[in-house]
Amino acid sequence: MAENESKANAAREYITFRIGAQYYCIDIMSVREIRGWTPATALPRAPAFVRGVINLRGVVLPIIDLADRLGFEPTEPTQRHVIIVAQTGKNIVGLLVDAVSDIINMPADKVQATPDVGSEAARAFVLGVMAIEDRMISLIALESVMPTLAREAA
Amino acid sequence: MDPMQAIKDTFFQECEEQLGELETGLQAMEDGTADDETVNAVFRAVHSIKGGAGAFKLDRLVKFAHVFETTLDRIRNGQLQPAVPVMKSMLRAADVLADLVTFSRDGGALDDSRSNEVIAELSAHCEAKPAAQEEPAEEPDGNPFAALGWEPVAVSLEPVLNQYEIVFKPKPELYAKGNETTRLMRELARLGSLTVHCETADVPLLANLEPEQSYLSWRATLLSEQDLAAVQAVFEFVDGDCHLDIEAVESAAETAPEPETKAAIEEPKAVAEELRAAAPALREAAKAEAAGTANAAQNTIRVDLDRVDRLINLVGELVINQAMLTQRVLEAGAVKNASIATGLDDLEHLTREIQESVMAIRAQPVRPLFQRMARIVREVADATGKNVRLKTEGEGAEVDRTVIERLADPLTHMIRNAVDHGLERPEARTAAGKPAQGEVRLSAAHKSGRVVIEIADDGRGIDRPRVKSIAIKKGLIAPDAQLTDTEIDNLLFLPGFSTAETVSAISGRGVGMDVVKRSIQALGGRISITSRPGLGSTFSMSLPLTLAVLDGMVVKVADQTLVVPLNSILETMKPKGGEVYGLGPDSQVIGIRGGFTPLIDVGYELGFRSHRSDPMTGVTLLIETEGGVRSALMVDAIQDQRQVVIKSLEANYGHVEGIAAATILGDGRIALILDTDAIVNASCGRGTPSEMLLAG
Repeated sequence: MAENESKANAAREYITFRIGAQYYCIDIMSVREIRGWTPATALPRAPAFVRGVINLRGVVLPIIDLADRLGFEPTEPTQRHVIIVAQTGKNIVGLLVDAVSDIINMPADKVQATPDVGSEAARAFVLGVMAIEDRMISLIALESVMPTLAREAA
Repeated sequence: MDPMQAIKDTFFQECEEQLGELETGLQAMEDGTADDETVNAVFRAVHSIKGGAGAFKLDRLVKFAHVFETTLDRIRNGQLQPAVPVMKSMLRAADVLADLVTFSRDGGALDDSRSNEVIAELSAHCEAKPAAQEEPAEEPDGNPFAALGWEPVAVSLEPVLNQYEIVFKPKPELYAKGNETTRLMRELARLGSLTVHCETADVPLLANLEPEQSYLSWRATLLSEQDLAAVQAVFEFVDGDCHLDIEAVESAAETAPEPETKAAIEEPKAVAEELRAAAPALREAAKAEAAGTANAAQNTIRVDLDRVDRLINLVGELVINQAMLTQRVLEAGAVKNASIATGLDDLEHLTREIQESVMAIRAQPVRPLFQRMARIVREVADATGKNVRLKTEGEGAEVDRTVIERLADPLTHMIRNAVDHGLERPEARTAAGKPAQGEVRLSAAHKSGRVVIEIADDGRGIDRPRVKSIAIKKGLIAPDAQLTDTEIDNLLFLPGFSTAETVSAISGRGVGMDVVKRSIQALGGRISITSRPGLGSTFSMSLPLTLAVLDGMVVKVADQTLVVPLNSILETMKPKGGEVYGLGPDSQVIGIRGGFTPLIDVGYELGFRSHRSDPMTGVTLLIETEGGVRSALMVDAIQDQRQVVIKSLEANYGHVEGIAAATILGDGRIALILDTDAIVNASCGRGTPSEMLLAG
């Protein structure tokens, strides 16, 4: 994992996690913490992928079911599911994922553009893809994951 | 930030404080409750503003403050009596000064004619004294005696003034009978301008001091229009219990030719003696005087509001954490251990105490708000030609800063109303056997965890027949409606109601009492009105002390926990069979004491369930919205009534229709706080709830 340290200025660290059988990642700089699933308080009139809000040490934290957001079946959260607390701009958001798997170090030029696929969700929420060993990991566009309330929760 | 700008900001903040002092001081002078220190404080306030303004080259402010200061200086050293017309000008000058400060800060320009008018007025008062040459207002700080609390013997050139030299030495009996020199001197001071010296030379060393002996004596110089008898009358009750020597010096006017030199030669010598003889007392006085302005600065610090709010948030978390911990320990069954139980109790007490103390940081006295109202009263009184005095009580009562800020507009409106509509014209008052001067009383008091602010006038009261006829004319009530007095009074709060026969520039700004009511309710408060015909009306507002917490009713709706703000709930009830009626395909009403109120299923309305639940299984909360509309909210069960900490939902998510905010309950989970008005509006406006599906 330290192989790229000489090119540290060009490389970035990403946290990878699993949704179903696919691997995704987000920039580690935007991750505030990772915690276990706790039941969320449902929000009325919210899109289905907003699981509700939880109390993160006094902060009201909205939880996004990333699987649902990306167009998979909604997650049925258990104790083993994980919430990644991430910062996007001024907002903090919790991403519900199946499991966190690794921290990878990847030079910026190894991140490839998202291939032109049919899935609208993939085009909207995937910033780029990268290859590690025999896996393809998709980089999540955090800013797009949060619902724009005026547009989606009206 | 530009450091100069930061200093300037501080200056303007201080200006606000000085203007507050000024207002209070002038008010006291007008009421005749002022002492020398008040006049000094007023002078200092204007002087500090002038000094600061000079540093920032705010020339107009300096120029005006200078004239103001000069006039005050004359009052201070007795050359100008603070009579009614003088005080009127002073108050007007304070208003102009406040405006100049505002304009200097925010830009914009004050109408020159207004400040010039007041400058002319002030100068006229000053020049009314023949010998008062245009002395350049002497820097008071340059006067070594000012700091000693000593003032030169006032040598007025006013020909009608008599001068009395009074020597007063109380005997022990005087004190034994409960008399006090201070009171007597204060009485004397009412007769005119008074200068008092305390002779302490007779005070023995502590070892020889007889506690019940009287050692002090006073020498006083009084300049008064009153005759000797009036001066003697002051000492009527202590006659025989003191050595008293009142000597009428020849009229001050006759000593006029050489007052300057006399003052110059004799007074310093006198001071030197005084100093030696009464050193300790004077030193105290000097200290108090010098510390006067410094005190405020020493005992307070300026803290950025963000920091305070951060602290409040952290403490809010601490409270929640403590509640969670307690619950966990209870669940774990460790409470059998007495020391753990005691520890938890202590922790709870401590956290509550910390929370209260932290909330108190945001709390501020309502005084500045009340001071601003004094000006409103003055302006409206001037504009309407009414004679009004504002009496304030309980200015020290403390409320959250935000509450105070948001109270300014409704309060201004109500004060304007009280003077413009509430009080009669002086002729009408006299005809009704009341004093020509009307009174508006503004009071604040803490009552059971809330602050109650009352605005009372002694005017004509609410003209109920007229209010009713207007309401009928405007179609607000049915022509044959039978209303109680209270119900008629409350018509004033209806939107679109304005009783003013002529829409005046003062009250008729398109804002009615309905807006006032809405702003008060937005603060989590309530407003009520009581009125007695011919005797006046009282508006009473009950407000929460802070906006950070809220009294709420914790209810269950479709397995969700919600909090309903207590201030909107009128009553709770369990519907009985036959009380709920369907109205149209999709609405229900509930019969309450003969009337029908729309029944709103909260769970259905928020989309927590897809079908309406059976009203018989739930509990209804009768609520009143801002507009005065009553609705019955149906919930599954009432769980608790408690104070909750308000958390923003907007910070990380966004606004949710029907939800006002969030809070965190004892189990650490988030509960949503219902926005009752939005729920009612939504159910009225649409009839069908949001189709949006919920997750989970």
